[in-house]
Amino acid sequence: MSENVKKEKSMILQKEMIGGLFKDLGNAKESGKKVVYTFVPGNLSELIRSFDMLMVYPEINALQSGMRKKSDEYIKEAEKWGHSEDVCTYVKCDIGMMLNGNIGPTGEKIPDPDLLLLSYTGCFTFLKWFENLEKLYPGVPVALLHTPYQENGEITPEMTDYMVKQLKNDVIPKMEQISGQKFNPEKLKTILQHSADTEDMIVKIFDTTKNKPSPIDAYFAGVYYIGPINIGFRGTAEATGYYKELYSEIQERVKLGLGPVTPEGEMKEEKFRLVVEGPPNWTSFREFWKLFYDMGAVIVSSSYTRVGGVYKNGFRHDPNRLLESLSEYCMGCYTNMNLKQRVDMLAQEIVDYKADGFLVNSIKSCNSFSAGQLLMMRTLEDRLGIPVGFIESDLVDPRYFSYSNIKNRLESFFQMLDQRKLISV
Amino acid sequence: MSKLKELANKCEKLSFDLNFKAARKWKMEKEGRVIVGYMPIYFPREIIHAVEGLPVGILGGGDRKQIIVGDAYYQSYICHIPRGIIEMALSGHFADFDGFVFPSICDVIRNLSGMFQMSNIGKFAKYMDFPQDFSSEIGGKFYIQEMNSVLSKIKKINGVELTSTNLNNSIGLYNKNRRLIEDIYDIRQHSPWRLSAVDTYHIIRAGMVIPVEDHNIILEEVLEEIRQDIGEPMDKIKVVITGAFCEQPPVSLIRTIEMAGCYIVDDDLMLGSRWIQGDIDNTSDNPVRAISEAYINKSTFSSSVYDVGNPKSERLISLSKKRKADGIIFAAPSFCDPALLDNPIYNKACDDQKIRYINFQYHENIGQFKVIKEQVGAFSDSIKLWETDA
Ligand code: SF4
Ligand code: SF4
Repeated sequence: MSENVKKEKSMILQKEMIGGLFKDLGNAKESGKKVVYTFVPGNLSELIRSFDMLMVYPEINALQSGMRKKSDEYIKEAEKWGHSEDVCTYVKCDIGMMLNGNIGPTGEKIPDPDLLLLSYTGCFTFLKWFENLEKLYPGVPVALLHTPYQENGEITPEMTDYMVKQLKNDVIPKMEQISGQKFNPEKLKTILQHSADTEDMIVKIFDTTKNKPSPIDAYFAGVYYIGPINIGFRGTAEATGYYKELYSEIQERVKLGLGPVTPEGEMKEEKFRLVVEGPPNWTSFREFWKLFYDMGAVIVSSSYTRVGGVYKNGFRHDPNRLLESLSEYCMGCYTNMNLKQRVDMLAQEIVDYKADGFLVNSIKSCNSFSAGQLLMMRTLEDRLGIPVGFIESDLVDPRYFSYSNIKNRLESFFQMLDQRKLISV
Repeated sequence: MSKLKELANKCEKLSFDLNFKAARKWKMEKEGRVIVGYMPIYFPREIIHAVEGLPVGILGGGDRKQIIVGDAYYQSYICHIPRGIIEMALSGHFADFDGFVFPSICDVIRNLSGMFQMSNIGKFAKYMDFPQDFSSEIGGKFYIQEMNSVLSKIKKINGVELTSTNLNNSIGLYNKNRRLIEDIYDIRQHSPWRLSAVDTYHIIRAGMVIPVEDHNIILEEVLEEIRQDIGEPMDKIKVVITGAFCEQPPVSLIRTIEMAGCYIVDDDLMLGSRWIQGDIDNTSDNPVRAISEAYINKSTFSSSVYDVGNPKSERLISLSKKRKADGIIFAAPSFCDPALLDNPIYNKACDDQKIRYINFQYHENIGQFKVIKEQVGAFSDSIKLWETDA
């Protein structure tokens, strides 16, 4: 962030929260707190928290390694260990980091897991990832929560029942055993109430892009906004406080008619409003973002910010349906939705947020997102008559981020949007 | 031409008939019959058979279908098989198919189900979630619900109600089918020269596109031939191939491996047809449950099944030992996360057990085999040399 960008209070709060989390992880041995490794999509952070355990998210480690320019080395390390160049780079980055001593962003070693909780939602590779982790941490108990896919575009009572039974039969008993605490429904109830409050705020925040100019960028800044709920703070008063502060700051921007804040200060002119599908690139995140704000493009909605939970459709964690609502949360995450649901959701966002264009950032690593994206794109183009664009990169493998290719493609896309605007005038 | 060669040739034609003429003919013969296509790997075909259906395995176009529109549906870094499947779907190869099942195996196949749904291909396109919880009361029950969901879709089409008698009959036929296939593998284990790996492949693959009754007859005829002491042994090593359970290598690649000095004594090429290890109970009054129990308790190991508690590396090594193989070939399709992410674990287990192996990647329409031939040849030579030295 450049010197002239004043840090908002919410940014300071977020920094403190994340700093505190890593401090807790660093002190886990001394404090005796147990550590659970788990994934962001379909995470059971409320349940873990109810047992006073700490969470480590391997994909967050991977993305942070990408931003810290460490992923290249880690990926190569995993490839030396036998992994193919063709597979998901999040997995390789994480494994490479572990092989290198598992040093986190603060320079401290991330503690080893006491429990590997595979609540795998929306991505088959998670299974494979954990089979690899299980080999790296032999003897550490593994709990598995299989989330059924919304193949028919719905969550049936049978699907929920299947998940609840797994929670009761495997996940909760293992958590009780590891933490030494009995499952406490009352405690979980309070936590879920905080989650629901936080989710209300999240929806309000991302809905502010309805304004013109949009006061936020729902992709590049959006990934920071979803940080706290995705790394285990959902279900805490701290998170609700953070999101309330963030919302009031955004409201202030709306009042003043201001555009989004970028790393180089406030975006002066909003020329294009886009909906983006697919995760961002982390290794060149700043340059990537700059390609957009330099052209006056703001992202008014993105599917990626729904990877850790979809709330706009009304889902909230429900303190009166504890395990059912944890299950429905898992099943509702974006990559667990079928392609038709994804397209319908994106179409609605394009309309609701008055987007000028739809862009896919197709990620080499991620079949869960990428397989089917070209059809999704063409369907949206046909259905809404909206200009569509397509770029390719990777999450954390810098070998697959070609600045000039992306720039060329984006320039043509923006030209197309410009022409479309001229015609409609 | 020998009877065996005739059978193998017939099966080759069936396996690679991308217009599924045998299945179409079968459907025309009686009103109310349905064809249900299923993608790799495993699908409980018995349930389709029991309701006047023919389950037909779909393995893409391999190296026999030119991809014209399929590439417009998939980025370059996604494996090859789905582009062949979508190409076939859009160019009418599945015209007489009533529905499609996409077993849970990976995100590519999963999302392909959505592409079929969005493109309105078939009367139904169902992603079938397989439980990763292996307890009868939880995962087993869920699996029964998934099977019932497929059955209800077929009933909507042909109105046929499932009965226990019919399903038990179908289970019996598929039990026999698996036994016959295993008999072929057992004979090939000690006398692999009696039936080449390519012929074996064609003979077993044909079973994915014709009624099981017909396939059983073919298998029995094949067995009758190879139970005799035919052919001449050659100086080749014995290998197990693994990783090729979904996107299939071109037949020329299988031939290349054989010609480079290997007898393939086991493989996962047609894993779906051999998935359940042993018989499924065909005497119960709840045969759907019997299929579910077999899935829970008798499934083979696979990259698509979570293995903690029953590691697949140990199971692969015992298979290799059972087949008295000299080495293992890890052959995986390019960009196949499930197969490729298993390799480091498998390789390490082989290192620990001092089992020789090689890894390579392929895609279904690979045309150049020189590098693989050299790699396999060197592998075979090194094992032979090592054996002589030892
Ligand atoms: S395939 Fe995609 S969703 Fe799955 S682990 Fe990799 S990056 Fe994450
Ligand atoms: S080849 Fe591998 S990645 Fe491709 S569809 Fe099959 S299992 Fe999935």
